[in-house]
Amino acid sequence: MSNEIEAIKDPGLPAHVHRRADTDPKAAKKAERQVAILFLLSALGTVTLIGSYIFIPQDVFFYFPVLGNTNAHQLFLGLGMAASLFFIGMGAIHWAKTLMPDEEVIIQRHEFRSPDEDRAEFIKTVKEGAAAAGLGRRSLIKRSLGLSLGLVGLSPLILLGDLGPLPGDELSKTSWKAGTRLVTDPGDRPIRAEDLEVGAVAQTLPEIEPGAHRALSDIGKDAVLLIRLRPEEFNLDAERLSWTYEGIIAFSKICSHMGCAVALYEQQTKHLLCPCHQSTFDVTRAAKVIFGPSARPLPQLAITVDSEGYLVAQSPFNEPVGPSFWERSS
Amino acid sequence: MAPLLLALALFSIGTTFSVAGAATSTPLTAAERSALIDEGQRIFLKGCSSCHGLNLEGSAIAPSLIGVGAASVDFQVATGRMPVADMSQQITRKDPVYNEKEVEALAAYVSSLAPGPDVPGEESLNYERNGSTAEGGELFRTNCAMCHNFAAQGGALTQGKYAPTLMGVTPRHIYEALITGPQSMPVFSDKTITPAEKLSIIKWIKAAEAEPQLGGASLGRVGPVTEGLLVWTLGLGLLVGVAVWLAMKAR
Repeated sequence: MSNEIEAIKDPGLPAHVHRRADTDPKAAKKAERQVAILFLLSALGTVTLIGSYIFIPQDVFFYFPVLGNTNAHQLFLGLGMAASLFFIGMGAIHWAKTLMPDEEVIIQRHEFRSPDEDRAEFIKTVKEGAAAAGLGRRSLIKRSLGLSLGLVGLSPLILLGDLGPLPGDELSKTSWKAGTRLVTDPGDRPIRAEDLEVGAVAQTLPEIEPGAHRALSDIGKDAVLLIRLRPEEFNLDAERLSWTYEGIIAFSKICSHMGCAVALYEQQTKHLLCPCHQSTFDVTRAAKVIFGPSARPLPQLAITVDSEGYLVAQSPFNEPVGPSFWERSS
Repeated sequence: MAPLLLALALFSIGTTFSVAGAATSTPLTAAERSALIDEGQRIFLKGCSSCHGLNLEGSAIAPSLIGVGAASVDFQVATGRMPVADMSQQITRKDPVYNEKEVEALAAYVSSLAPGPDVPGEESLNYERNGSTAEGGELFRTNCAMCHNFAAQGGALTQGKYAPTLMGVTPRHIYEALITGPQSMPVFSDKTITPAEKLSIIKWIKAAEAEPQLGGASLGRVGPVTEGLLVWTLGLGLLVGVAVWLAMKAR
């Protein structure tokens, strides 16, 4: 039995069909006119651009479908520029497709390798150059050049040091300490418990020395949201309840998912919503996650009042705030 | 001659101000006030009591109005949210059912039974004079922008609820919303955001409202959502069309 399969014959290239413009002078004339119209549209675009720059005042607005209330000056500048560029390209392509030569030609490839005599000549030139520079003889230059080139190679490694330093325990601690007052953000005013009505919220930061500067990296960890509910609305265990004060509860504002500011508080449902990925936390149950991608409740800050009646932290956060990181213990 | 004219001008400006100021804050006499409360009670019994109860005590479908104050009544009724037409996820702004006089009467009645936040007077709403746009912007970004959008255009909350746009809201209603916390909105107490800071927020919102769209189309000023939609549909559609045309063989 023969294993041979009958070879499929090379069908060759299909016959080249000429365009109508190649054979019919009328069609060619028509294509020429089309190209000219496209170029004229481009010219019209440029005229629109210049005209709208000069004649349309900057404060004219009108209703444009889909876009809504739109500034006429900017819209016509943009439309004019778009038309002037787009139709040049379109005309050029239409010209190439319909009128430029349409003959199929075969260009034979030649070998990429240079002829032997050229290669020999090149090697000779390099060798002569090296000999003339005297690298072989002047070893001082050779070695110092080697040293400098080697050191240049090292410099990117040194620049990699800017990827550090390692964060250490920076991610695990915030500026909150026992007795730190909660102050309004912005405004830096300490807050008394009676300043907050039921249903009120306040954005707070830890108090700093007057005139001191808060680093942005600190604000990003320290931001705390104060919320006042009716005390009977809480559904907390005894420890967490002792972290609240007269219905005022404090949570880290930094989402435990990706670190966005969680501050969409819905007063009626007592839900806190993160605007980035819709993680939803139930304030009455110690910010338990009830919807969304977040894996952990928001850290709760234990608060109380000091001798002057201002709200203060009872203790630092008992867990790192914000999103998970590699070294996080829980 | 000139100093005399100046003195005359200053004098006339001063008197105009005091006369105008006096005209806007005429205190009601006791009799007028009690007539207003009676009128408010009549409107309340007819239009509100079926849900909020004959004595403001509330019911299964509507909250008690004891202690909500005149500010809350003015916000809810004058923006058309109350009386409510559609009791679904959110009570929406619509053309008000009651006129200004009737709203004032309702507010007087409700606040006569239990005290609460008062309607801010014209003189305490002079945000042009007492507010600062820069400070207002900072306060807005910290306290308001997460719900109402960075350009005060409004945004989504959970389960079909939303924070409405602040465009076209009167300064008085913005102020009242801040002190009463309507629907999902929390209360912003006067101690954590002072009245002057509230005026700054209003001034910033009014500045955002008046900001001309010099960049051309604003696309609703809601950020990457509409911008992306436009680019992914119109922009990419155009590119696909051009690519198809480029690859088409001319005949």
